[in-house]
Amino acid sequence: MTHRARITRIKAEVSGIWTYDLAFEDEAVAASYRFAPGQFNMLYLPGFGESAISVSSDAESAETISHTVRVAGNVTHALARKKVGDEVALRGPFGSAWPIEQCRGQDVVIACGGVGLAPLRPVIYHVIRHRGDFGRVILLYGARTPADLLFTDEYAAWQDADVEVCATVDLGDETWQGDIGVVPILFYRLRLDAPRTRVLTCGPEVMMRFVIFEARARKVEKRHIYISMERNMNCAVGLCGHCQLGPAFVCKDGPVFTYEKMEPYLNLEDF
Amino acid sequence: MTEPEQANHAHAFLLPDQLDALIERLREQGYRTVGPRVVDGAIVYRDVERADELPHGYIDTQDGGRYRLVRDEDAGAFDHVVGPDSLKRFVFPSCDTVLRADLQDGSWTMTPAGLPDEPVAVIGVRGCDLQALAVTDRVFLEGPYVDPLYEARRRNMFLVAVNCRRAAATCFCHSMNTGPAAGGGFDLALSELADGFVVESGSAAGDELIATAGWPAPDTARLEQARAQTAQLEAEMHARDGVVRDDGAMSRQRSLDTEGIHDLLLGRLSHARWEDIGDRCLACSNCTMVCPTCFCSSVEEVSDLAGEHVTRERSWASCFTAEHSYMNSGTVRKSIASRYRQWLTHKLASWHDQFGMSGCTGCGRCITWCPVGIDLTEEVAAIRD
Amino acid sequence: MAAKPKLAVFKFASCDGCQLSLLDAEDELLAVAGAVEIAYFLEARTQTVDGPYDVGIVEGSVTTEHDRQRIRDVRRQCKYLVSIGACATAGGIQALRNWAAVDEFISHVYARPDYISTLATSTPIAEHVTVDFELRGCPINKYQLVELIASLLKGRKPRVPEYSVCVECKRRGTVCVAVAQGVACLGPVTQAGCGAICPSYNRECFGCYGPKEQPNPTSLAAHYAEAGSDKMHLVRLLRNFNAHAPAFRDASDLVESGAASGDATEAP
Repeated sequence: MTHRARITRIKAEVSGIWTYDLAFEDEAVAASYRFAPGQFNMLYLPGFGESAISVSSDAESAETISHTVRVAGNVTHALARKKVGDEVALRGPFGSAWPIEQCRGQDVVIACGGVGLAPLRPVIYHVIRHRGDFGRVILLYGARTPADLLFTDEYAAWQDADVEVCATVDLGDETWQGDIGVVPILFYRLRLDAPRTRVLTCGPEVMMRFVIFEARARKVEKRHIYISMERNMNCAVGLCGHCQLGPAFVCKDGPVFTYEKMEPYLNLEDF
Repeated sequence: MTEPEQANHAHAFLLPDQLDALIERLREQGYRTVGPRVVDGAIVYRDVERADELPHGYIDTQDGGRYRLVRDEDAGAFDHVVGPDSLKRFVFPSCDTVLRADLQDGSWTMTPAGLPDEPVAVIGVRGCDLQALAVTDRVFLEGPYVDPLYEARRRNMFLVAVNCRRAAATCFCHSMNTGPAAGGGFDLALSELADGFVVESGSAAGDELIATAGWPAPDTARLEQARAQTAQLEAEMHARDGVVRDDGAMSRQRSLDTEGIHDLLLGRLSHARWEDIGDRCLACSNCTMVCPTCFCSSVEEVSDLAGEHVTRERSWASCFTAEHSYMNSGTVRKSIASRYRQWLTHKLASWHDQFGMSGCTGCGRCITWCPVGIDLTEEVAAIRD
Repeated sequence: MAAKPKLAVFKFASCDGCQLSLLDAEDELLAVAGAVEIAYFLEARTQTVDGPYDVGIVEGSVTTEHDRQRIRDVRRQCKYLVSIGACATAGGIQALRNWAAVDEFISHVYARPDYISTLATSTPIAEHVTVDFELRGCPINKYQLVELIASLLKGRKPRVPEYSVCVECKRRGTVCVAVAQGVACLGPVTQAGCGAICPSYNRECFGCYGPKEQPNPTSLAAHYAEAGSDKMHLVRLLRNFNAHAPAFRDASDLVESGAASGDATEAP
């Protein structure tokens, strides 16, 4: 079922990425809508089409549903021309969620790159709300330049809530004090307690492959590494076939998978 | 729609000219009647109002990339096998409107498509295609999400199956356990004999049709003959298995060794054969279009010039196209080889993971209607070696 | 309200059929005319408005030195340049000259060959200037043209598929002429867009829309040759309206040289 929603706020995050806060037109829909961290909605702009966008807001604060969107395709370009008060349509939420329950009582490493932080931000919000339920929580985050790092205005609050925030960029600037290099290098200084570590990763596939490599080198179990896959999602309900990936439909069985399940297919070219 | 099988369904015997009565009864019950007809050199499903429109006296010879109709005066109405059409067209049409969106006063009104309600009776359905319907039922009806358009069409079907007494060289239903007998899921199943048709009901609707028509029960000899002729065909098809021709190639009469096929194919994703197939494959999508279980679709926004009236149109799609795996970062499956590998491994292997069954019914359409005759049974055998 | 986008239509070496498709779009033409300013379209009106233009539509191929200069000027005047039709996207039927001696033709055809100034080749627009979108077909499909204009007006991707004609054939339920009749048909290597008209009239596809994405004409030609098609028939089939499209051009050369007969995998 496709619902109408209005854009209540547009926040320019970094170059090419905006966050759209949406509110459903129908109060009953607004009241009943719930999502789990990691799930996505199909945003619909009639005439342009649908686009699968993960929810980037706090799952326990239902009045606002945020989507952090990188302008890349047909629909997202059209979305970029929208203003506050404009209408969009959406269906959702769809897909699997990050394994919050399995992370409870464990150390959590969140490793992501670029806009890959967006689907993981709800995990950070959850952890902060229930901080005592989790062990160490570490965010390893990378972007091309310091100006491309998302949600920087929130890092201080996250650190205050005992989330370790480590950021790296490919290319620094004169003020950059953090690391230079790709996300996997942030593992080098980590002392992980492997049996109690859960790794949640989202970003380009090549980045996730190296995150997995580093996590595995530190003896994190395959079933404790969770990845968020991207494929061409059209219907979001496993009926159109476009997002097929080996034994899975990414829209319905994913986007979040264990590495254990996806391992045979991750290193194959053109699969 | 057919309900689960029950024991003790009715049987009947129809004289050759009573096929008209069967069609007539279905039409009286409000069904649009569809059956095999000769069109442009092939036997396809079209509307049928009289039995003499059926392809009496025609058989089809099929091979990789080749289909020819042959006149055979001894052939009955159903001695052809499967053509390019399947039941897919009737439960999952090639193009379908799924949503309308209209802009009024700055706001979009979105109207899902109305549900189709035309009852359709299909005559001449084979065992492989009944299985194909079981496969698409699993996809569209039995998962966490149900497709309402498929469901509406499926619930309104009456299926008159045919037990095959002839197989094409491309048929390998015996390997997939889907034929040549109609296994189930039909309302009525016909066995064509020299002097008429043994009719077996498979549903309450079938029972009722037989009862109201007042057709007599078949005698034991005819019942036995009906069973025997399909059993004989099945035995003949099994005799093909593993037969190697004099020139060392596999028999042109197809069969498929399904032993361990899931792990075989998913374990050999880097086999050199994929590239070899990629050199021959046209990525034209014909195999997926004729496959009775290929269910992929794309939804397009069809808009007026002002962009104020939009329909969302769903059409058959294919994993052989670049757009199928297209993301903003590019097409995932760039090479033809990777697209064939996706299709074959899905059909024969990962389909089991997703749906607990094979996606292949052994109908052989993908072999016949491949313009260059790529034969999946041969490709699997090569990957197995 | 913002000014309407200025549309210009330019003709190069062509039959005018593709431009006519726009005039032929009776139902949509008024809407198009209402949405854009038709600033330069000699086929439709003699009155012209000077450039620059928002959208330039180019029909025809480049066959003369004069046109080779003119297309650069056109490109400079157009923000968004679309080439339409087999001539503009692949050199057209006149690209058959690319395999022949043009001077010889001229001396046979014209009473005063010295009046004729032409290039030795017919080439698509994209070989001369950057083209933003190519709309295929001989002629183009008017619905695709209207869709393209609509997409430009709304700033969206045009709905112009790149898959094969076979997809259209199968969707409409046409029986395959290649498989059921043994006719050499270019459908499996040709881009969709026409609605698979020819096979629906029991004729083979002549490749009017040019090569589909990732075409494999060498394999197809080898298969047809093996099934008994005459080599030169296949060469002529590939060298048709889109003869100079690289995939068709290269495959036709391979077939002609004999390299594509038999097993396609052995072709160089």
